[in-house]
Amino acid sequence: MRRARAVRGRRTAKAGLAVAAAAALVAAGCTGGSGGAGGTPGSYPREETLFVSGSLWGPPANWNPLMTWEHAAGTKGLVYETLFLYDPQADEYIPWLAESGEWTDDDTYQITVREGVQWTDGEPLTADDVAFTIGLGELESIPYHNVWQTIENVEATDDRTVVVDFSEPRYQQWAFWLYGNAIVPQHLWAERTEEEISAGANETPVGTGAYVYETHGQDRQVWSRNEEWWAQEALDLRVGPSYIVDIVNPSNEAALGQVLQGSLDLSNNFLPGIAQVLESNDDVASYYPEAPYMLSANTAWLVPNTTREPMDDPEFRRALAFSIDTEQIVSGVYGDIVQAADPTGLLPNWEQYVDADVVAEHGFSFDTQEAASILADAGYEDTDGDGFVETPEGEPIELTLAVPSGWTDWMEASRVIADSAQQAGINITADFPDENAIVDQRVSGDFDLILNNERQISSTPWTYYDYIFQLPVRESQSTVNFGRYENEEAWALVEELATTPVEDPEAMTDIIAEIQEIQLQEMPIIPLWYNGMWSQVNTSVWTNWPSAETENNYVPTLWANYHELGGILMLTELQPASGG
Amino acid sequence: MRRYFGRKLFVYALTFFIAMTVNWIIPRFMPGDPVQSRLARASLQSPEASAAMQAYYERLFGLDVPLWQQYLNFWASLARGDLGISIWLFPQPVGDIILGAVPYSLALLLPAILLSWVVGNWFGAYAARNRWLDNTVLPVGYVLTATPYMWLALLLAWGLGIVAGLFPVGGAYSFALTPSATPEFVGSLLQHWFLPFLSLFLVALGGWAIGMRNMIIYELESDYSNYLEALGAPRRLVRRYAFRNAMLPQLTGLALQLGTLVAGSLLTEIVFSYPGLGYLILQAIRNQDFFLLQGAFMFIVVGVLIANFIIDIVYVLVDPRTRIQMQGGAA
Repeated sequence: MRRARAVRGRRTAKAGLAVAAAAALVAAGCTGGSGGAGGTPGSYPREETLFVSGSLWGPPANWNPLMTWEHAAGTKGLVYETLFLYDPQADEYIPWLAESGEWTDDDTYQITVREGVQWTDGEPLTADDVAFTIGLGELESIPYHNVWQTIENVEATDDRTVVVDFSEPRYQQWAFWLYGNAIVPQHLWAERTEEEISAGANETPVGTGAYVYETHGQDRQVWSRNEEWWAQEALDLRVGPSYIVDIVNPSNEAALGQVLQGSLDLSNNFLPGIAQVLESNDDVASYYPEAPYMLSANTAWLVPNTTREPMDDPEFRRALAFSIDTEQIVSGVYGDIVQAADPTGLLPNWEQYVDADVVAEHGFSFDTQEAASILADAGYEDTDGDGFVETPEGEPIELTLAVPSGWTDWMEASRVIADSAQQAGINITADFPDENAIVDQRVSGDFDLILNNERQISSTPWTYYDYIFQLPVRESQSTVNFGRYENEEAWALVEELATTPVEDPEAMTDIIAEIQEIQLQEMPIIPLWYNGMWSQVNTSVWTNWPSAETENNYVPTLWANYHELGGILMLTELQPASGG
Repeated sequence: MRRYFGRKLFVYALTFFIAMTVNWIIPRFMPGDPVQSRLARASLQSPEASAAMQAYYERLFGLDVPLWQQYLNFWASLARGDLGISIWLFPQPVGDIILGAVPYSLALLLPAILLSWVVGNWFGAYAARNRWLDNTVLPVGYVLTATPYMWLALLLAWGLGIVAGLFPVGGAYSFALTPSATPEFVGSLLQHWFLPFLSLFLVALGGWAIGMRNMIIYELESDYSNYLEALGAPRRLVRRYAFRNAMLPQLTGLALQLGTLVAGSLLTEIVFSYPGLGYLILQAIRNQDFFLLQGAFMFIVVGVLIANFIIDIVYVLVDPRTRIQMQGGAA
């Protein structure tokens, strides 16, 4: 009898446990998504849904289009839209929410707002919305506050016309603003406080775009198609997938597994070793069928701290540039999925701005002998016989290259840099502190050498030169000129470039050639390789992906801030593999 | 009895206070500045804008006042039940973020720990008196406990997930479903839950089984067992006594395991891309999210204390020696 009771007791304990587990799981599931905004309940049909990853670095937390660096990717682009798109592949601005825009005189820009565009709450998009959005720049906590400072007045002169008067027009910056910033509806945003506008979560986004918020969870963000999207009629464009499920970045192994399984259609993750998969698996593809497989998204630079010896010496920086075996990084570290950078550091889509003569005269390439002889000519010699050069004053040189711990590809690359520099006699060691510590050191200028790639592809090389040369150098350099390089002449040229109209590429090219001459002789910052626009697709459910071999050449990524570079157009090209 | 628990509760309260203070201090000693790192991601065009926003967010997070004041503010808002706003997942409240993750961690770890404990003990006890089982269970147990967890988990994910295609390898439920009370959704939850559960279960199982087996053998060789046997007591009776004594250390081990439960299982969550607290903690550290880190650690501290408290009570029930001690102490 006792035995029977004991057995029964154990069984109920187990059953209770299972029930508790199931209950907790269901509770977890239900708190995971905080309610959909309509749409079909239950499940998303596989053949109508696009599964993507690579753009969410954490659980979606806000849908505020003004917080461009941390809103759930797609908030700007899928839901909220910009006045223009810029397609870097074709180097052209595409009118989007604006029907057209032009400089009516040197200081006045006139925007004609597209007719027939509706917010998803049914209100029409008007010139007032555009003027209101530009006017938000008045608030200090808005990222484009600096653009506002060049503006004198914004006015909606009628329902569809916005006139912007500039006090000091910076054409390049304005062109960049036009496609980089989303328009928000005045009728919903005008009543909000500054905190709600610049730091609010905006949990029920109302936009004009091709998708609307569906639901989100700790590991996903789901968008559903806006059947009323204006571009269907106005531009004859229609986005393929009814749903986009954006999965919070899993580990590399999981992402790779999901692409192989076909449960992920588009992975914009960096997947080491993907080259072999691309060669052997017919369902998985990338933009180029062979190396480098990926388009380029940004330049990875070696940033020397020019306030420290010997990095304050241009000859030393040039020698350093010659000493680095970039090919070893490209093939050894990345397995040929990236490309070595041009000596100017300009991305391939800016090729037309590279002055070949200047590069031929002052450019650099990997050459240990040349590096050693530049060092010798500038007075750097190995006087104590330890194999490394000393400064002309005889001080030993010991430099540290700091790379965030855990960024495995950069850690490997920094080992290659240190090794090859040591071959030329420059004593560099790689160090791997925590990422936050590196940001701290970078801002305060407390470093020898760092790697950085924070400037992304854009419509104008001005953004790169602004990043390299911006003056004045402040106590904390938070966004640009981390190397604290001071050159009044170069900065004056960059400012001149800023005020050159984007419609005048010849004038731009002339100024850029002058800048390049200074840049290559001074080497304030050393371009190494182009980080890829990581994109691997599985073609089993969706086809007609961007590819170098077809007519569809849009950027193959849904990274935040890449929708307006063509990501949204990629979605309009997708077709179901079943032909439905 | 009252004195016994009174003393325990006092110790718990003191532990809570000290632990929370340490949790508050340590993240603030990490190098770096969370607001700065956060804004670095913004790649703002101009330094002026960046400086203005830095000041703005420091005010927003209350980081613009002296440290001692921040500390007092921390206890004040904790008393109000306000854990603050996450820096990493701005502007979500920390409480909401943690409540969204805790159910997943509990649903994964509670069954894994308890079931592995029950099954492991049972196997271990059984193996101690069966030569054939002993020769199979023991080596398997050793292999399981010695296997690096990461490796075993990857092997399971690869073998059963990718090669065999039996189980999905990511997420808490199918990415094609929305949470609902349908059988389809619950099925999907369980399907996604199974592999991470199995990996945790297997790794823990070996340890419990070995522990129990050794303990039983030790107890069976002790004086009281020999004495009972000499008196002619049936083997079943001897074994039952041995089993009860062998359970006590296992129970303490379980208490320790349950305490760390709330911390989630970081590696599981990474390998299987499963949501939960461990992932949150890792990201909070990476992003220097003081507030999320404080909130998550508070859950761990409270979890450890509650688990200990329960085991204290259970000990009173299962171990007569504790009861006698208590009565002695009260008298």
